[in-house]
Amino acid sequence: MEYAAPTTVDEARTLLADNPGSRVFAGATDVVPQMRSGRPEPSVLIDLKLIDRLMSVTHDNGHWTIGAAMPTSELTSNGEFTSVFPGISEGAGWIGSDQIQNRSSLGGNLCNGSPAADSVPAMIASEARAVIAGTDGERTIPVADVVTGPGQLSLADGEFVVEFEIDDPPANTGDAYIRMTPRTEMDIAIVGAAVRVTMNGDTCTDARVVLGAVAPTAVRVPDAEAALIGSSLDEAALAEVTAAASAAANPINDKRGTIEYRVQVAGVLAKRAAVLAAERARA
Amino acid sequence: MTAIENPKTYKWVGTRPIRHDGYDKVVGKARFAADLNLPGQLHAAYLRSPHAHANIVSIDTSKAEAMPGVKAIVTGDDFPALDITDPNHDVSINVLARGTVLYHGHAIAAVAANTKAEAQTAAAAIEVEYELLPVVLGIDEAMADGAPLVNEHNHQKFVGPSDPSNIATHTPLERGDADAAMAAADIVIEREFDCAHVHQGYIEPHACVIDTGADGKANVWASSQGHFMVRAITAAVLGWETSRIKVTPAEIGGGFGGKTTVYLEPVAARLSEKAGRPVKLVMSREEVLRSSGPAPGAKLRIKIGATSDGELTAIDGWMAYQVGAYGDFAGMVGAMSVASYKFPNLKLESWGVLSNTPKTAAYRAPSAPHAAFAIESIIDDIASELSMDPIELRLKNAAVEGDLTAMGMPHPRIGLVECLEALKASDHYQSEPAEGAARGVAVGFWFNIGEQSSATVNLNEDGTATVITGSPDIGGSRASMALMAAEELGIDVYSITPVVADTEAVGFTDVTEGSRATFATGKAVVEACRELKVELCRRAAQTMGVDEAEVEWVDGAAVSPSHVGGEPLTLAAITAQAKRTGGPLTATASLNAAGAGPSFAVHCADVKVDEETGQTEIVRYTAVQDAGTAIHPSYVEGQMQGGSVQGIGWALNEEYIFSSDGVLMNPGFLDYRIPVASDLPMIETIIVEVPNPSHPYGVRGVGETGIVPPMATIGNAIKAAAGVRMTSLPMSPPKVLKALGDAR
Repeated sequence: MEYAAPTTVDEARTLLADNPGSRVFAGATDVVPQMRSGRPEPSVLIDLKLIDRLMSVTHDNGHWTIGAAMPTSELTSNGEFTSVFPGISEGAGWIGSDQIQNRSSLGGNLCNGSPAADSVPAMIASEARAVIAGTDGERTIPVADVVTGPGQLSLADGEFVVEFEIDDPPANTGDAYIRMTPRTEMDIAIVGAAVRVTMNGDTCTDARVVLGAVAPTAVRVPDAEAALIGSSLDEAALAEVTAAASAAANPINDKRGTIEYRVQVAGVLAKRAAVLAAERARA
Repeated sequence: MTAIENPKTYKWVGTRPIRHDGYDKVVGKARFAADLNLPGQLHAAYLRSPHAHANIVSIDTSKAEAMPGVKAIVTGDDFPALDITDPNHDVSINVLARGTVLYHGHAIAAVAANTKAEAQTAAAAIEVEYELLPVVLGIDEAMADGAPLVNEHNHQKFVGPSDPSNIATHTPLERGDADAAMAAADIVIEREFDCAHVHQGYIEPHACVIDTGADGKANVWASSQGHFMVRAITAAVLGWETSRIKVTPAEIGGGFGGKTTVYLEPVAARLSEKAGRPVKLVMSREEVLRSSGPAPGAKLRIKIGATSDGELTAIDGWMAYQVGAYGDFAGMVGAMSVASYKFPNLKLESWGVLSNTPKTAAYRAPSAPHAAFAIESIIDDIASELSMDPIELRLKNAAVEGDLTAMGMPHPRIGLVECLEALKASDHYQSEPAEGAARGVAVGFWFNIGEQSSATVNLNEDGTATVITGSPDIGGSRASMALMAAEELGIDVYSITPVVADTEAVGFTDVTEGSRATFATGKAVVEACRELKVELCRRAAQTMGVDEAEVEWVDGAAVSPSHVGGEPLTLAAITAQAKRTGGPLTATASLNAAGAGPSFAVHCADVKVDEETGQTEIVRYTAVQDAGTAIHPSYVEGQMQGGSVQGIGWALNEEYIFSSDGVLMNPGFLDYRIPVASDLPMIETIIVEVPNPSHPYGVRGVGETGIVPPMATIGNAIKAAAGVRMTSLPMSPPKVLKALGDAR
């Protein structure tokens, strides 16, 4: 196994294309444990952290651009970003410990392909886009379209995520991410729920509800969104959100949780995230 | 030595000096077994069984032997076959399987190579042909008529020769007439409980470095709770004389009972012997969880009867402990751990039952937490049915001196009533639970043990002292030894250097277990110091020119009313002149300590239950425990807090999750969920001191009792908060949510 640390996207692209079996990484917080647990070693480990574009965050022209390899601790300590997207920041902030936070990244969290990735549901709720570099240049697709199943990505050989774009939200918009773990931290979500709502007074005018850890990928819940839009998040609407989220959950039984539990709690967390997001939208 | 009635006039005992080994541990200089490296050292790795139960048809190591860097390979054939009646038989076939693998992860072979990676690669290249056997995973399954045998080598212990059996032990205890008392009781509550296997969760994986020399002697550096135990078991498994092995104790990164046996050392010693090079063998975390000794799972059916005014009249209990693939003492101790209340009628039956899972080992008050979870839950329900305060009900029935334990032995002076009174008077119990929280209490008992200890105290020429013992320091015992020596000799605690010496530098000492080190080894230290004081007075009398009988040892110096105009002769003054007064001052004491005082604890928790997710939050927690006399209160509190936290983990989230074919699904700290700091409130502590009459300072062991009450404490608090009685450990969010759903 070799190690390479390109300083430009082009250099990284070339390395990836020229070395079959190579793999890009950012913080290596998933890659290294996977290798230690016996997964085959890549031919070349390509470190993306020396590429400025992957390590920066900018805000102009009505959208945010976040480098795919930037440590999540830099994102969660960015006061302006966190005030606009508290839900994305919450999700990113749940990844591992403080030490891990200095290494973990939005790009790594997404491209590890885990259905339980904490930063993904809120990114989808804000309709974040992934800018992907490959042998033929760059393309931009919704974050929701990157992961196709556990550990499975829609990226072709030689492609990697460079950065994320997220449009400024409309006025009176708030987002939230809540997860269930048996421990208070240092754990993997059994269920995660992100909700983003836009409010006009007491009425919800737009809503996105996304669940994590209850299906092969993070999933949007259109029925829950429909229940929220036009409502004042009254009891009846929230009951519909709860039921719709539980109905949308399609989880597995594993060491981390049962189907029955995940289905039930998916509804509870969607409801709670909706209430929190609406509070933030009104603030 | 005479007993004392806690005079509280000590200068050093009861103070809180910084531990002598603290600096090295804080700055990272302390040497744990895996920190040691010897010139020319090889690294070893295991091949472990991918099956939970199978015959080994053949093992072919030829490919592995030819691989780069490989210097030696051992299998079970490299060790003598011990007779089935040999006390080390089970450990010998656990260290490396002989003919049959009994659980997933059972070691089959080990390779020593230049690097760990080479050893691992070669181990994976060893070819084994298996013949699969039926896997038995549950207590009911193992006890069923015609059940397949877990282990054809297992015979029920203590019943004489018998057919192979899935039963390891069967311990009935009976007193009075439980059936008649139950029939006459005003209230009877019976419930069935189950508990998952849990692991001690020590941070340091098992590790050793061994150099077997051409002279046939082996030098062992190992992390354990008792290096004399490591020496004895390693020798027995190798078929060596004990004296061929010297064991130097490394610092230990947690044991909690799990390091009271041996896994690695015989294997590393044989590899070193074959290769002619030192061998280092360190388990990974996954190996620790799969292949060391967790605590047993259990199933318990408990019935308790009481009168309408809250007098407990009878207990009828059936307890089965799942001890893993080998016989273990867990089943025997279950019934013995019932000792907190005056049950006039008692019928207890406990079983040790085998399964194709890792062999179990001791874990802090082994078997008592399971029994206490069941019994204290039912007692809480009785209090609730009778509308009695849970502490009042317990006070009414609490065992006192002279009451009989389940074993039929009368309790010596014990402090259960004092602990209950202390909790009742505490700020915690006197305050209302926070908004949305509710409260639970429970009692725990552990009997503690004495066993053999040795201590040597050398007085140095500069007036300091070296206190040498053979008890590995797993919980602050060095500081406690130094405090007792300082109190006896009357010198500063930092003038004492407490040392844990190797097997050739101190007298035989049993394992640090049963909360015995401060009690038994401390007693040996005190005896050696008292012998030295006699000698110090004799030397001083000689120097002062007075009669020996007129010299007294007071506050670190010899004083004599007959020594006209003379200053007291300090310890430093006497040791400085030792050469002229008769030579070095040194004393050794060895003993087999009796009279370990039982320790009781009462815990109190306030919890909130999220009724939509089943998650339990502990908002306040207090542990009360009788320490006899707290030699170093900080380390007594540390033991109480540590036991509480491990018990909280056991109560809420820790569990071994096995697949249907016996594979542990959560062999890491991500999914084997010990609590993290943010899961816990500050664990408040109240030390009660009812001195143990059998120790010169009144010490009772404090290491274990703290893990006994938390499960029932939290279960009782969940009942109060959410109205559901949890009978299955862990009380994880899915189980609580299901119970809430079932109750609606």
